Amino acid sequence: MKPAKFDYHDPTSIEEALGLMAQFGDQARPLAGGQSLVPLMNFRLIRPAHLIDLNGVSELSYLRADDAALRIGATTRQRELERSPEVAKRWPLLRDAAAFIGHIQIRNRGTVGGSLAHAFPSAELPVAMVTLDASMVLCAKTTRRSVSAEDFFLSYMTTALQPDELLLEIAVTALPGNAGWSYQEVSRRHGDFALAGAAAVLALDANGCIHHARLTLTGTTPMRVRKVEESLLGERPSEALFRDAAQRAIENLEQDSDIHASAEYRRDACAALARRALAQAAVRAVEQMKGTSQ
Amino acid sequence: MSTRQVRLTINGREYSGEVEPRKLLTDFLRDDLGLTGTHVGCEHGVCGACTVLFNGEPVRSCLLFAVQANGAELKTVEGIAPNATELHPLQEKFWELHGLQCGFCTPGILLTAEALLKEIPNPSEAEVREWLSGNLCRCTGYQNIVTAIQEAAKTLSERRT
Repeated sequence: MKPAKFDYHDPTSIEEALGLMAQFGDQARPLAGGQSLVPLMNFRLIRPAHLIDLNGVSELSYLRADDAALRIGATTRQRELERSPEVAKRWPLLRDAAAFIGHIQIRNRGTVGGSLAHAFPSAELPVAMVTLDASMVLCAKTTRRSVSAEDFFLSYMTTALQPDELLLEIAVTALPGNAGWSYQEVSRRHGDFALAGAAAVLALDANGCIHHARLTLTGTTPMRVRKVEESLLGERPSEALFRDAAQRAIENLEQDSDIHASAEYRRDACAALARRALAQAAVRAVEQMKGTSQ
Repeated sequence: MSTRQVRLTINGREYSGEVEPRKLLTDFLRDDLGLTGTHVGCEHGVCGACTVLFNGEPVRSCLLFAVQANGAELKTVEGIAPNATELHPLQEKFWELHGLQCGFCTPGILLTAEALLKEIPNPSEAEVREWLSGNLCRCTGYQNIVTAIQEAAKTLSERRT
């Protein structure tokens, strides 16, 4: 046997799952897709006494889009997000980010909420959700609160979730009209953990000036660079503008060194990706205005 | 020690067993049910050798607990061939075109490829490589695997017409 012993619980409703979380608190781990949790258990890096399997809670898996927002149930599979025509049309950044996650076999099982709650530094969906100003619905047995994605990710693999709370839903508001987007990432091979990543959304006004800008980089935790976003407003897209913005974006970026890359390399790569992301988002914003982009 | 009853369908046949919740699906298939075609490689979701079709979709069986497969429909490499004397076109083409050397990664690759051809009947080389990115092969360099999958796609589409 690879993992240490645990008690297995398979609730079939949110209420039942929250009851179990309240009962077992920090001795429990919720199991969603298991694509990060189970490797950690197989290595015995973690040994939860209780495993609360959310895969039987069918009310937690959905994609619902209306005019105002996209609501994603926490256990929606990443592959479903990637393949949804509605997501591709209105939140293409999410589709593009999802396509970078591991491999198809991983995305078939891995969930949107699981990736967010795991909060791995190189993960794609946290960066995308911060960029899109998503809000997360966190529930315990007797409490329900909504936290912005930026406030949800606290640090390396650390989120605002309390031990008895579950992430139930992620809400992403509609992008401004004609917004362009880009998700950029560097990894040694396709599907490997990202060494660096950047996501951008830009929208232009009728004069071709930027009136909406979002830029987020991967770091020890996703970092939205508001100062840089603000500095882009009212400007015309240009290579020089984006090159300068990208350099400023990495000024306070925290990165760690490991066997795969130094912190310095990761910062440099983030700057290059930020520049490319802004440039591609600008090109797409122009295409959207012309109505030629798909 | 508490155990759980698992009932599932594998390759069209009903199976059941008593498992500890921590037993991985891979180990259940191999040790309890004797279906040793599913290979155990890295046991942490990286290599793809243990890939099976879980309700039609390729997944890592080393990242699932056997209890989670209760009620599921699985396909393993033992279920790919239409009968005891015939091979699946994928198997034939892998054989013919040297799509394997040591064969350790082959079961996982065959199942990934079968799912690919169901979704994209005539995949481009880029599409084949995208799907294969989750299956590691240390012998072949992938070239003949890609060719074999594309050739099998042709055989399958000829059969349909």
